[in-house]
Amino acid sequence: MTDKYTTLVNQGVGKNIAKRLGLPQPAVLRRFKPGQPLVTGPVLVQGNTAGADELAAKLLSWDLDVRRHAVPREKLGAIILVLDELTRPEDLEKPVLSAAASLRDLGPSARVISISRPAAETASPAQSAARQGVDGFLRSLAKELRAGATANGIVLAEGVQSTSPSALAALRFFLSGRSAFVDGQFLTVATEQGHLPPDFEKPLAGKVAVVTGAARGIGAAIARTLHRDGATLVLVDIPASGDHLAAVANEVRGTALQLDISSADAGQRIIDHAVQRHGRLDIVIHNAGITRDKLLANMDHGRWTSVLNINIAAQLRINEALLASEHFRNSPRIVSVASTSGIAGNRGQTNYAASKGGVMGMVRASAPLLAANGGTINAVAPGFIETDMTARIPFAVREVGRRLNSLQQGGQPSDVAEAIAFLASDAAGGINGDVLRICGQNLVGA
Amino acid sequence: MSINGQSGTGPHEFASPTTSGAARPVRRAVIVGGNRIPFARSGGAYTKSSNQDMLTAALDGLIARFGLQDERIGEVAAGAVLKHSRDFNLTREAVLGSALSAETPAYDLQQACATGLETVLGLANKIKLGQIDSAIAGGVDSASDAPIAVSEGLREILLDLNRVKTLPQRLQVLSRLRPRDLAPDAPSTGEPRTGLSMGEHQALTTAQWNISREAQDELAFNSHRNLSAAYDAGFFDDLLTPYRGLAKDSNLRADTTLEKLATLKPVFGKSLGAEATMTAGNSTPLTDGASTVLLASEDWADAHDLPKLATVVDGEAAAVDFVHGKDGLLMAPAFAVPRLLARNGLTLDDFDFFEIHEAFAGTVLSTLAAWEDDEFGRTRLGLEGAFGSIDRTKLNVNGSSLAAGHPFAATGGRIVASLAKMLQAKGTVEGRPARGLVSICAAGGQGVVAILEAL
Repeated sequence: MTDKYTTLVNQGVGKNIAKRLGLPQPAVLRRFKPGQPLVTGPVLVQGNTAGADELAAKLLSWDLDVRRHAVPREKLGAIILVLDELTRPEDLEKPVLSAAASLRDLGPSARVISISRPAAETASPAQSAARQGVDGFLRSLAKELRAGATANGIVLAEGVQSTSPSALAALRFFLSGRSAFVDGQFLTVATEQGHLPPDFEKPLAGKVAVVTGAARGIGAAIARTLHRDGATLVLVDIPASGDHLAAVANEVRGTALQLDISSADAGQRIIDHAVQRHGRLDIVIHNAGITRDKLLANMDHGRWTSVLNINIAAQLRINEALLASEHFRNSPRIVSVASTSGIAGNRGQTNYAASKGGVMGMVRASAPLLAANGGTINAVAPGFIETDMTARIPFAVREVGRRLNSLQQGGQPSDVAEAIAFLASDAAGGINGDVLRICGQNLVGA
Repeated sequence: MSINGQSGTGPHEFASPTTSGAARPVRRAVIVGGNRIPFARSGGAYTKSSNQDMLTAALDGLIARFGLQDERIGEVAAGAVLKHSRDFNLTREAVLGSALSAETPAYDLQQACATGLETVLGLANKIKLGQIDSAIAGGVDSASDAPIAVSEGLREILLDLNRVKTLPQRLQVLSRLRPRDLAPDAPSTGEPRTGLSMGEHQALTTAQWNISREAQDELAFNSHRNLSAAYDAGFFDDLLTPYRGLAKDSNLRADTTLEKLATLKPVFGKSLGAEATMTAGNSTPLTDGASTVLLASEDWADAHDLPKLATVVDGEAAAVDFVHGKDGLLMAPAFAVPRLLARNGLTLDDFDFFEIHEAFAGTVLSTLAAWEDDEFGRTRLGLEGAFGSIDRTKLNVNGSSLAAGHPFAATGGRIVASLAKMLQAKGTVEGRPARGLVSICAAGGQGVVAILEAL
């Protein structure tokens, strides 16, 4: 799973040499496996608010080893910084410095998670400053953590409790190995909607999910992850990829639907297949996408339109059909795959970045439409992910792409899949119109 | 019932008993759908693929399309015309290599080019009789990976060698070995009783029925044009799964023209001299490929939330005495169809689609000519005159073997799945279900034909 360099610098001689030369020493990340404990050690909950108390009680009910005060030299699995009642920047000091004293006790792949309120949702300049301060603080801390540890934040909209379903679900996601390659990111819980699953190991049980572009790479990983989480799958890819698609479908016991998503009736055919063969449709993952890289000066009609058509226009058309369908009204979920290229830009990818920026715009504007039926639409923006596609990038460029993030390595397709599975779950019902980056806190972009 | 077979008729559950066999009503057998791999010209994309590889791939594509993973299918039947002796259990081995339940029984069947259609008919009959609820019919052939046998002389020597005990005896047996015994015995499409290849046989028939070169080229041209249009329309999106980098039949020439076809030199009927009309363009090439068809009772299809495209109404086999020249080698369908239609009270006018396998353009045209011939109707079919003619616009509307190629045993499955899809799309015609005729000629002077109807 890890690249050769990461393997080399994590053992014996290689480890020593890398250390002495000051070379990057990427850690082997903790990734989720069924049955794995949520965290690797005790969880320290920092903060004196009611929200912190309620959260600590909830974590205890999950049988976690919860600390309200640090025990000197005890290895920690996570620090949760509850900052939900900040009124001015000075309020940051106490919880932040208390947490600082425990940073050296964080174990490998440990977690720091902040819980705060949105800066935009207050009229008080001082309060807004404090809230926005959390953003800069957490992203910087994420860059200081080592050994696969990450820092991420949950932003609770005004009035949303720290123990609301999606706040707890986001917390579990960030604590677990499912968020291995998510670092320095915030998720906004906008409402108290959503339901925690009866079985945290099968959060998608009973759901029927469609995954486009499922024949290979990230799409195949999404299929495997949704299947593991209990979903019944409809796997879509172009007819020419049908052999790979069939292999994935047989592996995850789903059905293969050979279909060009850019065809006019794609949405209806997807709905018909899901409903006729599986009786319902709950989740659609827009993963299919293509790249046709060229500097803009050399861009032609074919490269531009094919990328825009498949990566964004097709999603818009399919979503229109979904929103019009009576079969997609029971807390539906849509998750689209965007890209950090769409946020930070990437040389040679004006077409691709336009399409992926488009995905994020679509997600924002579609959120209220989905909310009308208790549904959500969100996007994930992967950074450098180890796939067949990135394996074809020339060595030097690939190495730079891989190491230029806080975790000093590329992500795995499963890292993208885990975030998607989380956003597609019932528990994530309070997260809508959001974009989550899965990039190991790539140094470029937001 | 879950389509994944997690519940319902599980591995060791039994279907609930109905009535005793004698009183059990005959029920319908429906075609749920099909899957094939693209057909490849021999020596092309599938050169290194065995029959078992290709049949397994076709099965796995079918399983993925219909969510049959771990399902115990009532029975799977398939076959190959060119078959290695080690493939004595070809279909069962393909099932074991597929995502189906390992508790799915299977058998091999071999009836030359009619193999695929005969598996459909045999399994449909079992479903109609209530012996099984679901079935997969299929066929596969590789002309690239054909078996090559040792010569008869070497085979006898090797068998004798195995029977003797002592070294001197062995040396004595080996001393019989002659250089000519080492020449391998490759399979051919020659008829054992006449020594003529299938093409040479058809050339005689084509000449007998005065089929022109132009008519044959036109049929070939239509086949390519229709198949190409079907691909463009996405017709094969749910009938085909790519294999080994091939996503379309490699024999398809979308850009062929009547002019191009007219330039080809005759390859069969050389004895006819200037009268020879059969070229590489209006004859099917040797081809590799595999196809499968999912059949079921209506209840099974409903319980598994699967589509029902068409029913298998009836089938008929016929054979001709080509050895003594009474009829052409590939003319058996000319007899099978009139018998089948008579039994079902139908005429050629009652059909919306005709799927007549294009072994050679001349085969299709000779068959149609025989049906339109008064004398043939009277003397050979025992009718008052000609059997009838068909509306050519209903013939092989999505292309046939001249364009797609013809991996012998796989052709039946290709035709049945495609026709079932066309019938379902057509629905009803003048208040009756859309109806299609399948006709496949086969080596040994045989032919198998069938009627399918939309549901």
